Parts: sequence; C-alpha cells; structure tokens
Amino acid sequence: MSRRKTERLLNLVICLLATRRPLSAEHIRQAVPGYDSANDEAFQRMFERDKNELREIGIPIEVQKDPWEDDPGYRIVRQAYELPEITLEADEAAVVGLAARVWQRASLAEAASGALLKLRAGGVETDETGGMLGGALELRVDTQDPAFPALWEAVRDRRPVRFPYRVAAGESVLTRTVEPWGVVSRRGRWYVVGHDRDRDAPRAFRLSRISGPVTPAGRPGTVVVPEGVNVKEMVGYPDERPLNKRAAVIRVREGTCQGLRQVAKAVRPADEGWDELEVDFTDPERLAGWVAGFAADALVVGPPDARDAVISRLKGALA
Amino acid sequence: MSTADRLPRLLALVPYLMSHPGAQVPEVAKIFGLSEKQLIDDLQLVWMCGLPGHTPGDLIDVSWDGGEIVIDNADTIARPLRLGVDEASALLVALRMLAEMPEFGERDALSRVIAKFEQAAGEGAATVSSQVAVEVDATPDALPVVNEGLRRGRRLSLRYYVPGRDEITPREVDPMRLVVVDGRSYLSGWCYRAEAVRLFRLDRMLSVEVLDVPAAPPEDAVPDEVTPGVFRPSPTDELVELELTPAGRWVAEYYPCESVEELGEGRLRVALRARDQGWLLRLALRLGDTGRVVSPASLAGTVREAAAAALNRYESVS
Repeated sequence: MSRRKTERLLNLVICLLATRRPLSAEHIRQAVPGYDSANDEAFQRMFERDKNELREIGIPIEVQKDPWEDDPGYRIVRQAYELPEITLEADEAAVVGLAARVWQRASLAEAASGALLKLRAGGVETDETGGMLGGALELRVDTQDPAFPALWEAVRDRRPVRFPYRVAAGESVLTRTVEPWGVVSRRGRWYVVGHDRDRDAPRAFRLSRISGPVTPAGRPGTVVVPEGVNVKEMVGYPDERPLNKRAAVIRVREGTCQGLRQVAKAVRPADEGWDELEVDFTDPERLAGWVAGFAADALVVGPPDARDAVISRLKGALA
Repeated sequence: MSTADRLPRLLALVPYLMSHPGAQVPEVAKIFGLSEKQLIDDLQLVWMCGLPGHTPGDLIDVSWDGGEIVIDNADTIARPLRLGVDEASALLVALRMLAEMPEFGERDALSRVIAKFEQAAGEGAATVSSQVAVEVDATPDALPVVNEGLRRGRRLSLRYYVPGRDEITPREVDPMRLVVVDGRSYLSGWCYRAEAVRLFRLDRMLSVEVLDVPAAPPEDAVPDEVTPGVFRPSPTDELVELELTPAGRWVAEYYPCESVEELGEGRLRVALRARDQGWLLRLALRLGDTGRVVSPASLAGTVREAAAAALNRYESVS
C-alpha cells in the first residue's frame, strides 16, 4: 500500500468516524484529500476499493439509504468501531500474556499479537513475561498442516469446502465435500470435523491426509452446526472404545521390553531368564506391530490370531 | 509487518500514544515491531492526517523532540479498533485450552478473562472459538509432584522411560519449566545424567519425587526451546531411507522426515534421521511388509537377522 493511499484511508476513517450523519460519496470526495484530483469514474472505483479494504481490516462502515435521497450515505458508528473498555487485573494480564504466546505459526500468531497490540493501545497492560506464573509454564500449539489456515477460515465463515483426501492406509485420493463444524487438535494432530456430504454423515478428517488445496464449495454463512454437537467428541481412536478387550500372553526376556512391561496387567516369572506378561489388546494388528519390534526378546504365546499377526509381520520384514 | 498492515498499525499506534503520554521512540518502536526510522515515518504520516478541512487546527499534532512522543488533536481515533474475529478467537481458543489444563493454578483469573473477551469480541469470535479446540491430555500422574518441584524450586528424582531405547533410567533433574506442546505435558529441566537441559514427557515418568535439595541448574542453562518440534534428531545422525506401501504411510505422518517422495500407487520413499539404531530396528520390524529399509544396507541386514531370529523362536517354541 502506497504512503498516499494509507494517508487517504486514514483520513477517510477519521472523516467517517467524526460525522454524526451519514455522508454521501460526493461529500466524502470533497472532504478527504486524495480523492479530489480523480475524475468521476476513477473516484467511484477508488472509493469502492477503499471501502472494501476498510471492511477487510474489520472497520464497520454503515450504509444508509433514505427513500428521499438519491445517494446512499456512509459513516462509521463509534460504538461498533471501538474496542470496548476492558480492564485486566494483574493475574488476568498474566493469563492473557500466556495465551497470546501459544500459537506457533504465522496466521494465528499474528492474530494473537495483533489482539495484544490493540489491548495495549487501549491502555490494557498485558503481561508478556508470564508474570506470576514466573515463566514456569509455556504452552505451544503448532498448526503446521498446510490445510489449517483455509479450514480455520471455512469454520469462521461457515462455508462448505472441498479437498482431496487420502484414505487411511490407502492408495486412493478422493475428493471430499464437507460442511465444517470445527477443527480439533488431539495428541499433536489436527482434524476437521463436520458433515460429509458424500456420505451424508458426520465425519472427522485428519489434516495431514489432505493432499491438496482446500477450496470453497458453497457460500459463506451456509454451514449450520447442529445443536449439541461437541466437536472434540467427534475425534477419537477406535481403540479407546471398550470393544472386545482380550488379554494376550507374551513371554519376554528378562530386563527387556520395558514398554510392554509397563502396560502389562500381570507379570510372572516363566522359564529361566524369561517373564510372562498379560497384556490387554483389542486390535491384534496393533499389538503385533508393537511386539514385532522387540524381535526375539518377545514371543506371543496366545491367542492364536495375535501370535499369527506377529509371525506375518516378521515374515514381511524378512522378505 | 508488511506495508498492507500499515493502516491497522496506525489505528493502534495513535491510541497507544494517546494512552501512554510521553512514551519514548525506542520503546514504542519495539512494541510495534518497527525500527526507529519506520516509527518516525509512521508519525510523519499521522501528522499529515486529520479532520476534514485539514487546516492546521484539524490535523493531528504529533512531536517527538528528544525521543519523547507527544500526540494531540487525535480524539476521533483515540480508541483502538475492536478485536477482529481472528484476533479474539486466537486468544479465546488458547484461553479455553488453558482452562482444560488440570492443575492450572490461575483458574479464577482465567474464567474472568474468558468472560471479558467473550463480551468484547462479539458473537462471531465466541462461536469460532468454541469450534476450534485443542484437547489436553488427561492429567499425567506426575503433574502434581512436578508442579511442586517447580513451585518450591526443588530437585526431582525420576524413573523415566525412553521408548527410543526401550529403557527405564533413574534421573535427577532440576526443574526449570513445564511445557505443554499440542496438549501434551513436558518438563524442561537440567538433567544430571545427561549434563544438559532435557525435555521429559510427564506420562513417561514411572515415578517422581521431590528431593530435599534446592534446584540449582547451571546459570547458563536455557530451557529447551520446544519449537519447531520435540522430536529432534541431530543432523549428524545417519540418514535412513525407507520405502513404504500405502499401509505404511503413517510413518510420514508420525515422524519428521527430511524428504518424502511419492512413488505412485500410494507408495512413498521417506528419508529420516534418528538418534537411536534400536528405535529404527523396532520401526522396521513393526512395519513388516508395509515398509522396507532401502539404505543403509547394514540396517537392512540387521532387520532381516532380527526377524529371522524371532521367527526361529516361534518355530522352536510351538
């Protein structure tokens, strides 16, 4: 943005804020330096663009159309423009300072520091050192998935989106059309949840499997989040559901397989130099992946499907 | 800030100067992330603006003699612009995440702040911020003890599980900071075993107790910087190449890879570094026929030997 344009826009903001009654475009043209030299058509274009730019940075321009006037009038209503009075106690300021440092990537980190700047400009002192928390607590959230910014915007603008999505453990990439209800981070991974139009059902999608650009698939404001939806509950691992939990018996060499021993519900001595563990599992493949990693230090005694799953992993690794 | 952000910046700068009379050029430049020259340029621009009419009496009056900034006649824009939806949401989502944290000490302040921002932000941001959520892991058992160590400045004694080496080791750690990354809690502290600052995941502490010894990390010890990621192999670790079938693609999602190449039909070739050979061996065995070590050849050989030895045991103990 050129210096002249910035100057013109700042003068326009001041002009529209200062007026009590709405001003016609012609009036504004006379009052704001920078418009005066333009011809009619050029002025119209400039003024349209300027209004859009002000709206983009969140400045509410009110348009008033009176039946007895030919031209609409414009103004900025002070109450809609100004940051309301906020005061923060010292402990509150410390909490805000902590929250503002959470985001690690451009878009939200900038939004958070922009918010902080406005608060300080309004005379609200925030504490960016962590204050009474003594700097002993840090929070970080990463949003490295390329799809994150577009999905945040889609949720914000309540707009359906379309994206290419790689099926779990599959080779195919399918296009999904989704009415996004929310974006959730769970265990370091981001998911978008919403209504999947292709399957006509609620679904969760992992952002890391979105393999291309997220594009709009409808108008803003058209997504309706159903009452009572809890976006966090829509994301979860099937393993956590208490389905068909079974116990595997696994022999492990003494002094090895610490990870397995920790989750074992029972440990008993077996043959010389070996212990026998009892470990709960639901999915034999998941268990097999884990146990196979311990190679000759762990041996599944049963049940047979878990044992076979390990053997086939090991054969796969041998090939 | 790019030049496109200049207008929003000016609309915050003027109110800042109004609410901080006599502010100094260097201090203001720092707060707004500008060089002193850029700030002066902003002030010069502001000085050219004002109410319609633009007679000297209409213009904003600003001076910075001797570095002290004085502003006047800017009442129209004396208050900052209200928070945008993104700005308010970024704070609210973070505040709600804090509220989810078990044991967070400032709960009372937190709920007051959330209420204030919800009110200040308008409904747009309040809605967005309930639709974007960062889940916080369930309270690790170790948390109260770690917090006590931090609060009282006492050394901690841990039994710590390292999955990379499948090892449980005793550690003495001077706690420096609790770090929550993507909802997961870590202790950053001086580890006497490593003689360095280390991060310890709280859910991998098998036991922890507070020792009656004051924590005294070396003065030049800096808490571990947790960005860009907690999983940080060293560049000197050997580069390992794996070929993955579609069922093995999860490796690229779970571990930071130096390169990821699509081979067609959903297959991938990835290159990653790991500090620990044992971890790599376990990964390769776990992958079974969904992944294959391309290089180094020595690792590929170790994987085959380990698989053969394990299969042998299954055949002998049946």
